[in-house]
Amino acid sequence: MQIKLTVNGEPRSDEVEPRLLLVHYLREQCGLRAANVGCDTTSCGACTVLLNGKSVKSCTMLAVQAAGQEITTAEGLAAGGELHPVQQAFRQEHGLQCGFCTPGMVMAAAGLLAENPHPTEAEVREGLEGNFCRCTGYHNIVRAVLSAAGSMSA
Amino acid sequence: MIPAPFQYEAAESAGHALDLLARHGEDAKLLAGGHSLLPMMKLRLAVPSVVIDIGRVEELAGIRADGDDLVIGATTCHADVAASDLVRSQTPLLAYAAAQVGDPQIRHRGTIGGSLAHADPAADLPMALVALGGSMEISGPAGRRTVAADDFFAGFFETSLQPDELLTAVRVPRHPGPDWGYQKFVRRANDWAIVGVAAAGGRIALANMGPVPVRATAAEQALAGGASVADAAAMAAEGTDPAEDIHADRAYRQHLARVLTRRALEHQKG
Repeated sequence: MQIKLTVNGEPRSDEVEPRLLLVHYLREQCGLRAANVGCDTTSCGACTVLLNGKSVKSCTMLAVQAAGQEITTAEGLAAGGELHPVQQAFRQEHGLQCGFCTPGMVMAAAGLLAENPHPTEAEVREGLEGNFCRCTGYHNIVRAVLSAAGSMSA
Repeated sequence: MIPAPFQYEAAESAGHALDLLARHGEDAKLLAGGHSLLPMMKLRLAVPSVVIDIGRVEELAGIRADGDDLVIGATTCHADVAASDLVRSQTPLLAYAAAQVGDPQIRHRGTIGGSLAHADPAADLPMALVALGGSMEISGPAGRRTVAADDFFAGFFETSLQPDELLTAVRVPRHPGPDWGYQKFVRRANDWAIVGVAAAGGRIALANMGPVPVRATAAEQALAGGASVADAAAMAAEGTDPAEDIHADRAYRQHLARVLTRRALEHQKG
């Protein structure tokens, strides 16, 4: 069936099978491969994208459910080629190791800061509860999110 | 994992959803946030031939006060329940329970009606609705009916909803005071309860202590008869028959039920 939606600010219209998962639509039909398929069971958060500004797991959503909505992936965060403050902070604070969880972490963090611009460290840790880093690099990830919160409010 | 093929129908209203249910019968499944249904479809535990999407039906979402109750539309997501000033002030136990479901991403999509209709005995909201003495508003071809949470859960992942019926809203009595407790024992972040306890106003509900969320009636009766919290909590596992799994055997779950009930009756949140 035909769906119309907005992906990273661009209106799109695509033919999709109803059973197509949003993450596969983004990766295979839109060519946006930042969102990763990790666990495929709504646990790891590697596929996190923003749906109308709220973080969601795109492995547990059908592309047809996104019809009429706005999706933002990590590719869409860097407006005009300039890194988003969360992306900059992940680089500065070394908030990644192997990098697999990073797009999901960045999107979850961007969603968290949109809802709570000044989180405490505990709120960052709870806010990223839905994202796993199997390198266990959580300390620098939390540091990066706190640093991004500081730079976004500065 | 990709679900098996199905026909997709987007409902435009509650009435339209009921028409679609009537037309497709037991072959159809309702989809709202999809956070219980889609994982089951990916695992082929559910293979509906028709999926009726009620996620865009505006009349099914939202939170309002109605006399002594709050009425929460079935497709209201957990994040909206948890953040609602009305729910937080009038029924704080429910706001707290909604905030314990999964993780932030899950709470942005998962819905209160979906969680209740899914009827996982280890889940937060079924236990919360039983503790609060809430009820379900259901529409079907024969009209509307209201079912108390105590009677709604019929078995393991089973409710009294018929295949042609739609859960439209949840009704919860206001319980604004501080005399409530909530305990969820987990080993991992964003997991289901190994055992959970919600207590409010003399009612005690247990999660994962049987095929449905159950009341700790012996403990409730002891409390009503003037027993101490410690003595009442010691009776919390009476009459329960919890399943055994990798996390806990029967005796351990019953032990947890007693300990967590005491904490919940002391109005601890955890």
